[in-house]
Amino acid sequence: MKRVLSTIIAVVLVLTTLVGCGGTPGKPAAGQNAKAKYALIVKSTGNPFMEKMAEGFKKAVEEVGGEVINKAPDQPTAEAQIQMIEELISQKVSAIAISANDPDALQPALKKAMDAGIKVLSLDSAVNKDSRIVHIQQADPEQIGRVLVQSAVEMIGGSGEISVLSATSQATNQNTWIEWMKKELEDSKYKDVKLVKVAYGDDLRDKSVSETEGLLKTYPDLKAIIAPTTVGIAAAGKVLTDKSLKDKVYLTGLGLPSEMSEYIESGVCPWMYLWNPIDLGYLAGYAADALAKGTITGKEGDKFTAGTLGEKSVSNADDGGTEIMLGAPFKFDADNIGEWKSVY
Amino acid sequence: MRRQWLAKRKNPLKVQYKLEKAGVVMAEKASGKAPRHLGIKFRELGLLVFIILISLLIQLRNPNYLTLENLNDLVRNAAIMAILSVGMMLVIITRGIDLSVGAEVALSGMISALTVAAHPRMHPVFALILGTIVGIACGFIIGFLVAKIEIVPIIASLGMMNVYRGLTYIISGGKWVSANQMSTGFKNIATSSVLGINTLIFIAIIVYIIFYYFINHTRTGRQIYAVGSNPESAKISGINNIKILWMVYTIMGALAGLCGVLWVSKFASAQGDTALGYEMNLIAACVVGGVSMAGGSGKLSGVILGSLLLGIVNNALPLINISPFWQNAIQGSIILFAVIVNVFVKRRMDKKTLMRRNI
Amino acid sequence: MEHREIIAKKQFDLKAFFFQWEWILVLLLIIVNIINSSISPYYMDLKSLMDATMTFLDRAFIVLPIAFVMILGDIDVSVASIVALSSVVMAVSYNGGAPMPVAMIICLMVGTLCGLMNGMLIVKFKELPAAIITISTQIIYRGIAYIILEDQSSGNFPDWYQALGWGYVAGIPIMLLVFAVFAVLYGLLLHKTTFGRSVYAIGNNITASRFSGLKVDKIKVVVFTLAGFMSAVTALFLTSRMGSTRPNVATNYEIDAIAMVVLGGVSASGGRGRIIGTIISIFLVGLLRYGLGLVNVNAQIMLIVIGLLLVFAVMISNLQVKRSGLQYKNMKVQKAENEN
Repeated sequence: MKRVLSTIIAVVLVLTTLVGCGGTPGKPAAGQNAKAKYALIVKSTGNPFMEKMAEGFKKAVEEVGGEVINKAPDQPTAEAQIQMIEELISQKVSAIAISANDPDALQPALKKAMDAGIKVLSLDSAVNKDSRIVHIQQADPEQIGRVLVQSAVEMIGGSGEISVLSATSQATNQNTWIEWMKKELEDSKYKDVKLVKVAYGDDLRDKSVSETEGLLKTYPDLKAIIAPTTVGIAAAGKVLTDKSLKDKVYLTGLGLPSEMSEYIESGVCPWMYLWNPIDLGYLAGYAADALAKGTITGKEGDKFTAGTLGEKSVSNADDGGTEIMLGAPFKFDADNIGEWKSVY
Repeated sequence: MRRQWLAKRKNPLKVQYKLEKAGVVMAEKASGKAPRHLGIKFRELGLLVFIILISLLIQLRNPNYLTLENLNDLVRNAAIMAILSVGMMLVIITRGIDLSVGAEVALSGMISALTVAAHPRMHPVFALILGTIVGIACGFIIGFLVAKIEIVPIIASLGMMNVYRGLTYIISGGKWVSANQMSTGFKNIATSSVLGINTLIFIAIIVYIIFYYFINHTRTGRQIYAVGSNPESAKISGINNIKILWMVYTIMGALAGLCGVLWVSKFASAQGDTALGYEMNLIAACVVGGVSMAGGSGKLSGVILGSLLLGIVNNALPLINISPFWQNAIQGSIILFAVIVNVFVKRRMDKKTLMRRNI
Repeated sequence: MEHREIIAKKQFDLKAFFFQWEWILVLLLIIVNIINSSISPYYMDLKSLMDATMTFLDRAFIVLPIAFVMILGDIDVSVASIVALSSVVMAVSYNGGAPMPVAMIICLMVGTLCGLMNGMLIVKFKELPAAIITISTQIIYRGIAYIILEDQSSGNFPDWYQALGWGYVAGIPIMLLVFAVFAVLYGLLLHKTTFGRSVYAIGNNITASRFSGLKVDKIKVVVFTLAGFMSAVTALFLTSRMGSTRPNVATNYEIDAIAMVVLGGVSASGGRGRIIGTIISIFLVGLLRYGLGLVNVNAQIMLIVIGLLLVFAVMISNLQVKRSGLQYKNMKVQKAENEN
């Protein structure tokens, strides 16, 4: 009796669901909302860098008359981003801009999006060339690597031991920059400079602190730390300040002006670099629009206008795909940190 | 004939007793007895030996380990974990678990950081009080769910963990609170010293003293152990289980709230993902320290050693220059090893106790 | 002679039947469906719903054996790490020259072995609760994955492999089909075999079970090995969904799995719960997430919603237990009255 009742109800449920599917007009009326939808997927939530990027993206999309969708997973995992891509495919967006948690793991999902007619581009943290049409490069990774090493060497006076404090060991952009740093160091003018260790702080505040302290203890002659990660450089700044190592150990890298203003003003970190995430998002927004409207196809040599940033063109990228360059890395030092620390 | 008559004359019970005593002495001698008072420390002895062994190994690998500066860093970094582990120990003793500690730390840290950023002239002590109050509120809710509504602790804390973490992100508006927004006084909480000892370590010592007294010398403290050992008999013997359970989670919340402020001050930064997953470290520290997850037993001395071991592992891994990819495996193995050593020590101790009783 | 009637079977009580936890879950499922379709026009589309199932079903495979583990009264937090390790070993073997089917079998073997190891450790060290052992093995297994693959990703699988996680058979996603098969198998195992009954018995009273002659140790080992096996199955599908793998995949899957099991009505202290409940809760949480995602709700808000849902669900489930306990008492009183 119970069994029969359960089966009847189960069947009724399934039927109602199916009827519901068939009955409702599944797609919104075509003329109802002519606004194109542009989506941005960032790496994780609660990250000021990502927030600023989203701000720029929103500004650009609104300027071109589109509707913006911003998605941020609560955990920086690839699985969460795959889910978001599926949700966007169901919403039939025109373009997806993504800062990826994993360069390869999103390939099947993004391919599905591209097959459905959605334009896919990446920014900040790239996906591999088969998963995207074009990548928005914040700054030339070669330039970043080289200029960071040059800065560190200048700070320590030409000779000594330096080290790198990175984020996670699998972050592609980190590894690319470190590659270029090592290449720069192969030049003969750095023969007295030694890179002793690359430590990984995993973008976690407490781990970055222990790694920094470990570096200082294991290499008592250490003269500089290069930290191309916003969490790492802030953590190192705090450690150096607490241990009063200013002028004995120098710090540089890529950091957020708001986080680092204290350490730049105190001199613990004489200068550092970054780029403007607002501009990065802004450029991505215009690029998404250009792709959706067909102005560019992502081939090398394509040109388009990106609002207030002017004309941008597509060039070949190191990984075999194509990219659009934002500009050169921006230097933050004691002179200009005051005006930037409240921007981002 | 005379012998038999003599045997019957002596009180048979007395004879039995004498034989028993003789047997006990023989058994103790046979097993290489340990004096009884050492039996209390025996459980933690295994852990202490393990810590010393590991420290020696690390020192061999990197002589910078046993320096005053490094040890100072080690203890400073482990201080926050040590404070939180006390709260976790109380929770685990009552057969519960609290997965929301990380989120409580993040929430209270974020709230106090935002307040300090908005009112830079506020005295840092007020920040500490504010953080603790936030923590108490969080712990109070969980205590309510566990004690009154009788929701299983793992679910109650798992659910509220999500809620508190979500609130942290929302309150922060997705932004971080950075060092330049914090008053010097606030940042000094973690870097200043009291009586020559770093404030963090000082606070940890005070917490331990308070809780040592509370657990061992107050009735409520002993009642916690009773509730964990056998909730039914505790209830029957008149102990208010609901009040005890509620209190335990509130205490955990209070300590988490305090540590939230300390954490944010130490790193001079408040983020939404502060202390994500930190509760696992605490559970590991407690377990390594001999706190039984089945409830009812656990000592402060064990918890101190457990936090110390974990602090050592965190401190030493960067020092011994092992590929970062081995760090996870090593950490897990050390925990497993320490726990298993504890088990063997306990088994041996139990066997001895049994032998002393058994004739 | 007096005719004594022994009421062996409880009368069919319609109200009690519908008050079962599983029906409340179904009700919630219907409510979620209604809410989802009203807030987004994209929801009620059969194809996208099918696609949606694939996004949450990759978590679902582990939920089935975890239900067993929790009914036993234990817990297993190392499943996510077993997924990572099996996936990594499979990728490395394939790229090392093994043919794909062999690599897949290796994946299953690795998972089963890890589960077996868990089971043996738990049974050998009875003083240690399963929670502690699995916390350590969780770190160790993932650590091994890191040692093997370091920071690289490994992939380049054949095209047909991708179809596992993305493809359809007769209009139904392959993942859904396979999951349905496993769900039925586990349901039968739990409810229709002595093994299943033993699991309930152990969860209710382990000492009594031991003394009743149940081979508690063997059963525990089997249950944990099953968990390892299903983690490997999850790894197969997850890796197919991502086209590549790294040591950090499947982070936090264990928390999701435990939440879904408890939501499905399995008591965390063991001895209660049905497979059908966990299946419904999988769909409930999955579709809820998907529906909210379609209207692009903030991740923070989703966190809070799911957290609150969990708490309320268990609250209601608790009231259930009290209610059925009361009913049983009433029934006993009635029987006594009848016999007088």
